[in-house]
Amino acid sequence: MTTIPIDEPRIEQHSNYLTNGYSVKSWLLTTDHKRIALLYLITITLFFFLGGAFAVLIRLDLMTPAGDLMRDETYNKMFTMHGIIMVFFFLIPAVPAVLGNFLIPLMIGARDLAFPRINLLSWYVFVIGGLFTLASVASGGVDTGWTFYTPYSSTYANTHVVLAALGVFITGFSSILTGLNFIVTVHTMRAPGMTWFRLPLFVWANYATSLIMILGTPVLAVTIVLVAIERIFGVGIFDPKLGGDPLLFQHLFWFYSHPAVYIMILPSMGVISELVTCFSRKRIFGYGFVAVSSLLIAVYGFLVWGHHMFVSGQSVYAGMIFSFLSFFVAIPSAIKVFNWTATLYKGSISYQTPMLYVFGFIGLFAIGGLTGLFLATLAVDVHVHDTYFIVAHFHYIMVGGVVMGYLGGIHFWWPKITGRMYPEGWAKLAALIIFVGFNLTFFPQFLLGYLGMPRRYHVYPEEFQILNVMSSAGASILGVGYLLPLVYLFWSLRWGPAAGPNPWAAAGLEWQTSSPPPTENFEKIPIVTQEAYAYSEGSGFPVSPEADYKEGGSPVVHS
Amino acid sequence: MSKLFTALPSLQFRLMPEDASSISGRVDALYYFLVAVSTFFAGLIFVLVLYFALRYRHRPEVQQPATSHTGNLKLEITWIVIPFVLVMIMFGWGAKLFVEMRTMPPDALEVFVVGKQWMWKLQHPNGRREINELHVPVGRPVMLRMISEDVIHSFYVPAFRMKQDVLPGYYTTAWFEAQKTGRYHLFCAEYCGTEHSSMIGQVIVMEQEDYQRWLAGGDTERSVIELGQELFTGKGSCRTCHSPDSGPRGPDLTGLYGTTVHLQDGRKVTADENYLRESILRPGNKIVFGYESLMPPYEGQLSEEEVLQLIAYIKTLGGTEAAPGSPATRPAREPPTTAPAAMQPTSPSTQPAGARR
Amino acid sequence: MSIPSTAEHHTTTHPALAHHFNDLAQQREAGTLGMWTFLVTEVMFFGGAFTGYAYYRWKFPEAFQAASHHLDIVLGTINTVVLICSSLTMVLAVQGAQRGDRKRLVRFLLLTILLALVFLGIKAFEYHHKWVEGHVPGRYFRWDPQHDGAVSPGGAQLFYSFYFTMTGIHAAHMIIGIGVIGVLVWMALRGRFTPESYGAVENTGLYWHFVDIVWIFLFPLLYLIGRH
Repeated sequence: MTTIPIDEPRIEQHSNYLTNGYSVKSWLLTTDHKRIALLYLITITLFFFLGGAFAVLIRLDLMTPAGDLMRDETYNKMFTMHGIIMVFFFLIPAVPAVLGNFLIPLMIGARDLAFPRINLLSWYVFVIGGLFTLASVASGGVDTGWTFYTPYSSTYANTHVVLAALGVFITGFSSILTGLNFIVTVHTMRAPGMTWFRLPLFVWANYATSLIMILGTPVLAVTIVLVAIERIFGVGIFDPKLGGDPLLFQHLFWFYSHPAVYIMILPSMGVISELVTCFSRKRIFGYGFVAVSSLLIAVYGFLVWGHHMFVSGQSVYAGMIFSFLSFFVAIPSAIKVFNWTATLYKGSISYQTPMLYVFGFIGLFAIGGLTGLFLATLAVDVHVHDTYFIVAHFHYIMVGGVVMGYLGGIHFWWPKITGRMYPEGWAKLAALIIFVGFNLTFFPQFLLGYLGMPRRYHVYPEEFQILNVMSSAGASILGVGYLLPLVYLFWSLRWGPAAGPNPWAAAGLEWQTSSPPPTENFEKIPIVTQEAYAYSEGSGFPVSPEADYKEGGSPVVHS
Repeated sequence: MSKLFTALPSLQFRLMPEDASSISGRVDALYYFLVAVSTFFAGLIFVLVLYFALRYRHRPEVQQPATSHTGNLKLEITWIVIPFVLVMIMFGWGAKLFVEMRTMPPDALEVFVVGKQWMWKLQHPNGRREINELHVPVGRPVMLRMISEDVIHSFYVPAFRMKQDVLPGYYTTAWFEAQKTGRYHLFCAEYCGTEHSSMIGQVIVMEQEDYQRWLAGGDTERSVIELGQELFTGKGSCRTCHSPDSGPRGPDLTGLYGTTVHLQDGRKVTADENYLRESILRPGNKIVFGYESLMPPYEGQLSEEEVLQLIAYIKTLGGTEAAPGSPATRPAREPPTTAPAAMQPTSPSTQPAGARR
Repeated sequence: MSIPSTAEHHTTTHPALAHHFNDLAQQREAGTLGMWTFLVTEVMFFGGAFTGYAYYRWKFPEAFQAASHHLDIVLGTINTVVLICSSLTMVLAVQGAQRGDRKRLVRFLLLTILLALVFLGIKAFEYHHKWVEGHVPGRYFRWDPQHDGAVSPGGAQLFYSFYFTMTGIHAAHMIIGIGVIGVLVWMALRGRFTPESYGAVENTGLYWHFVDIVWIFLFPLLYLIGRH
């Protein structure tokens, strides 16, 4: 089923943000949030495939129990670089810095973010941080794991820890600046009539994310400073030989890095809320609950860091408190999943690619979230901590959840960003391949984990081989799945049919301006008179995104 | 490396690890409960999503009535309360079992574990040592007192569902009671550097008689306590200052273990293994009330094994048995009245602590 | 969902109004909120270091006390006074901007820079003194229990690690502040500020007071606690 009317090339004639200057300078010195979003898109895509290349090598190595492909230290560098690049240079910026940057001003009816130059600065800071990290890769890599646990990282590792840590430190400021920009923008730049409870849930989710970014990231920054000082000057802040305490590092690190998981997943949840309403033609079920649950997740995220340390030697009582608090995160997460499901009820559901990613997200996030309960349960965590069970769990959240939401969002807003449709058939195929490949890759790792295979093992007992081979086979499918969009999205830039301002007949201010939007987003700043997702009858929205599109992608409803 | 081509593993395929300790079956029961709850909810969501997606599929010929199902407070409360009750059951069950895992049985066999990049060094009470292998008797609780010489390691035996990080500078403990004889994997579960995945070994669970025979089989001459005593009087020359008749030079250690110690700065600490360790290696950190800081630090002069032996001996000096819950309070000494001038450390040239690399 | 607004954009175009704001009030609100948000991140940044400091102070109370005795309380006090004065001159500079008094603005901005430089000079002298004493953590760290105090040298070194880290980060903030104020001077000389539009001066003032307040916490924590 294709929804693309190939006989209707409607190239945008008016000037838009893409045609506003073609020189390199007009891109590198732009302060347009939409162009900066594209700069981010290109950068993080490069990092994604670099991190993915490391993943491929890791999975190849693990095909055999003896790890025949590479030496110990090479393998250790591989998983470290995979982790650092994917976490700090892809997952954390993915949805906020690309989709958030592009969409937040459009969604709230503003001409730009509050601080356009700081927005550009944050991209440069990101790139500089990335260059430091790449420099550490080029000069031989780092082997501490992305968690930089002391005293290994501070005293014992012989690799370029300071360089890589500096990269992460610098990138942190990019994250802080983005979060700051979003918070101020949402507070001060909303269009007339755009009250807080009329905001699209994507904006709520990014707002909650920004809170974590500004509150958590500085703590990581100072922790990295302390590690670097310890390493450079040989003082013992985290090394017990010199009086320090390695557990203090873990506390400080996870105080940021646990909430960082929510930095990654919350914006994707926001994407899902947008998509599920559009393709069910319904207002979201329980808007208030979904909105507030984002904030609750952000707040709880700061109270549960100790659940990474149940077997670290922290006291039994600390363990019990952190376990107790961790279970509370389950509640707002469950609220979201149930509300998305309920949104489908009596909707008018169509299956375009973004909706396939919604189904994928809900399924994978459900598994990822539910297995999180295993890890919050003290006695079970003692067994599965630092095994492949953890690896599987956080990949279900971060890849199954975050990347599914990210790709769904990219497809959904691709016509808005580029003015062109992607090829629907190929896109559906890719979504399917990714879903299947993902589960083949990571489900076996749950089993491996409960069997007791520790993570970060380069050689392993032979009885684990079958599951590892299954996982590697799945990874090859997953890899193909990720390459496909790269190809057809590029293709669509040139040959994709023109999209029109609102190909999905979606509600939301971003669809009321042309595609691609003009530099200042709107001809005139809109006045908002309705709640978000007003898809119900009488609102003038057609019952199907498809139906409208076939009529020629003409702009729907404006008054 | 030719294994790649020759040795495909036997096609034994398991979903559960071996169940070989007193606790492992109970962890599995909790695990099954979690699997059941998760399967139910995941299944519920999959079925609902699938059903809704098909049932309410957009059909061009049928004009779907757009509905106003945009919220339902009762439903929201339902799916807040039910998960909440369930997760509280998980919490309670998991916490109860965890407390048992962390409560050391009083009659356990105490084995010393020293982790270093990248091997496990173990020592049994009778003094027998082994590397990367741990022989234990079946049906008897075994307690591990563990410390690392360098980075953080983690002692993990999947078949026992037991894991505990092994820290540098601080003793951690763990226990298990093996219930099936056999050989089980021992892994280092905390990433510790280049050969992390080679820091593995085996736990060999034997019948009681076999274990006794094995214990006697080594060339061990002295037990751990005897080794500690030798250090106390010999190399460490602790006795010089720490004996009942040593006067104001150093506190008498008789009956010290497990009691509450009053410090110079007004704090109180329990004299447990970690306190004893710190006071041997870096005595300046915690000065007992009424004493001068005269003792030279032993950091870098004693190995971790030796410190463990020394502590094992000090614990035998008439101390109350380890009962952290009810430490007997020792009366604090009055400050010494004699002038401290004559009591300078015997070796004033001793380097300050903080062994540099 | 919405109707196009009739609100005109850029009807009252002020030279200082950025294109994406509706009016100066919105622009100013955004600037102020942005600075406050930034200061929240700064609080978290220093908060991490303070947490580490507090933990080790609890772990090595005597060593921290003894090491703290080696700091020069007179210089510390002078520096506190210098910084408080610089906050005052900053306030006066903001006032100048508010009134459109360019001379006053520039004069007090320069005075603020001067005071900041005095602070850094004294700090540098203190650092140098610590170096001479051998109290800079790392390879050349010396702690003689007989002369410096019979406490854990590891603990003393940790004190100095935090002393140098925290005052160093603080000094870095001051250096950045000096740079920013320098830019303000340049902008003021070119007449960029008017009584309606001086958000940059005001926000830099907020930043400067924050840096000041951090020192107000550092001074007692590092110099005063545990002194007899």
